[in-house]
Amino acid sequence: MASEFAVEMRDVVKRFITPEGGEIAAVDHVTMQIKNGEFFSMLGSSGCGKTTSLRMVAGFEWTTEGEVYIEGKAMGHTPPFQRKVNTVFQNYALFQHLTVYQNLAFGLEMEGAKEDEIKKRVRHALEMVQLTGMDRRKPKQLSGGQQQRVALARALVKTPDVLLLDEPLGALDLKLRKEMQLELKALQQQLGITFIYVTHDQEEALTMSDRIAVMSKGQVQQMGTPVEIYERPANKFVADFIGESNFFEGKIKSLSKDEASVFVPALNTELVGMPISKGLVKGEEIVVCIRPEKVRITEKNAVNQNMFRGKVANTVYIGADTHVFVDLQGIRLKVWEQNRISRLDPKSFYAVGQEVWLMLMPENTLVLKRD
Amino acid sequence: MLQRLRENKSAQGTLLALPTTVWLFVLLIIPLILTLIVSFGRRSPDGNVIYTFTLDNYTRLFGYSTNCPDGQASCYDPLYVNILGRSLSLAFNTTLFVITLAYPLAYFIARAHPKQRNMYLFMVLIPLWTNFVIRVYAWMMLLRKEGAINIILGWIMNLLHIPFTPLEMLYTPGAVLVGMVYEFLPFMILPIYTSLEKIDVSLYEAAADLGANAVKTFLRVTLPLSMPGVVAGTILVFIPVMGTFIVSDILGGRQVILVGNLIQRQFLDARDPTFGSAASLILMIMTLVVTYFYTRKFGFGEEIVVA
Repeated sequence: MASEFAVEMRDVVKRFITPEGGEIAAVDHVTMQIKNGEFFSMLGSSGCGKTTSLRMVAGFEWTTEGEVYIEGKAMGHTPPFQRKVNTVFQNYALFQHLTVYQNLAFGLEMEGAKEDEIKKRVRHALEMVQLTGMDRRKPKQLSGGQQQRVALARALVKTPDVLLLDEPLGALDLKLRKEMQLELKALQQQLGITFIYVTHDQEEALTMSDRIAVMSKGQVQQMGTPVEIYERPANKFVADFIGESNFFEGKIKSLSKDEASVFVPALNTELVGMPISKGLVKGEEIVVCIRPEKVRITEKNAVNQNMFRGKVANTVYIGADTHVFVDLQGIRLKVWEQNRISRLDPKSFYAVGQEVWLMLMPENTLVLKRD
Repeated sequence: MLQRLRENKSAQGTLLALPTTVWLFVLLIIPLILTLIVSFGRRSPDGNVIYTFTLDNYTRLFGYSTNCPDGQASCYDPLYVNILGRSLSLAFNTTLFVITLAYPLAYFIARAHPKQRNMYLFMVLIPLWTNFVIRVYAWMMLLRKEGAINIILGWIMNLLHIPFTPLEMLYTPGAVLVGMVYEFLPFMILPIYTSLEKIDVSLYEAAADLGANAVKTFLRVTLPLSMPGVVAGTILVFIPVMGTFIVSDILGGRQVILVGNLIQRQFLDARDPTFGSAASLILMIMTLVVTYFYTRKFGFGEEIVVA
């Protein structure tokens, strides 16, 4: 392949005219480099610019500024039918007047492929998505999951360099969605095609992706592997959006090469020995973040540092975990306790009003810039 | 009694269908049977119906004439066959012209900005607020020798210094066609618009994504998906055009006589309800046959209602 990157967006801006006549930047100076064979996700809530970015790669929208490159070639105003990418649409966009076979053959006929070649490739694609024997059905006669597979096969039969997927599993129920997540990932690895996957479902993105771009307000907040994004969120937005977090506002009191002490006014205390990221300065107003499953809860004080006494405000049993909400001098902390032992006795769980100690291990806390 | 009705779903259904059934029976089935009986009758000299069984009305309609020039007992006179043929071909032509005009317009409206769509649809509907007959008369004003079109053409020719004699447009088959197309255009625009408007934009994008340019997208996606609208429109246009007599009466004069005119005259002028009934039934059968073959090929456009 010609270029190291399957798709590249360089400083792309997309502005739309609002009904009031104003301008709004749906995508605001986005730069992304998506490697060949990568499973790349754009993650964000609705209106974050992820779908618009995908549509600019597909060619349904043109950039206002910046440029999209596919296989190293600048796309400019190349129409969708001349780009070597294919899309799986959110609502599948299947041709209802055509059979499954005709839906798949459509793209090949447009290429001018010969009849027996079309037959061969369609059969192969249907095998790939496990829909053999469904070729004479109309899309309406298929279940949602099957329609989703047809949409996938219709795009894959074209053997694109890059497959674009716009929330393709959004309409499926949870169980089917989880199955399809694994299947999609397996298919992507088997075919070695670059997948660009748009979703608002963080779990989906974490499950499948090699790399994720977390987007908000038209900008990329962080780009990295699922582990990087979850364990080292770049800012408060990412920490809040991906998974759950407890936040304390604070101020950096002292700073060494790789550790910081932070004064947290709400707790009227100092948290010490916390790992820091780049670009922080002494005296800066920051946010301390700790994931609920990383807070340790005990009934007595074991270590003295970073240990706080609180009162259990509520507990919620949710099967695999018990969510314990602890009031800590007016701040409510979420603590996820895994239910490692099978038990029924209510006394074995934390009771409302019970006094407990919370340990905020320094290596589990993060010091983040305020937004 | 009421309690029992609440539990009995099929009785509920019967009850709900009852008014319509009665309506259809009284106003459709019975009149049809009467028409059938009358069509086998004979006209008495004073214009009444003599109830008997004769096929005379039908043979006369299909060209067997007893009114022959050189005293023969019978001869072939294609007068009525021609009228039937003319009606059929006019209905075909009208439908064809209406589709040709309505489709691009419906397409334009369906792809317009949602805010403008309602205004365009409103403009399509405005003519329907005026009485049908008055609108046909308006065309008479436009088309006649001293009419608006001839006046404007005269001005233009005068400016260009070309000698101009007003065109004879009124009372020609062309005038009837123009009137018909005008009258029935909205009935084609609306169903086509409805089916076009229903097509998800993402289908156009999917077609482009799969490699289809604009022309191919139209032929392979847009057109097939809008066929239900075209079919529904065709039924709405073809059937009334087959039977109407007002347009041909006003714009065609004595020159363009259609089955509708024939039937009307048999009942009102010639006072021969037996022949009129036979013509009505033949018209109905012709329409049914055409519609049958058409819908067997293309469906009823029911997707427009269902989807």
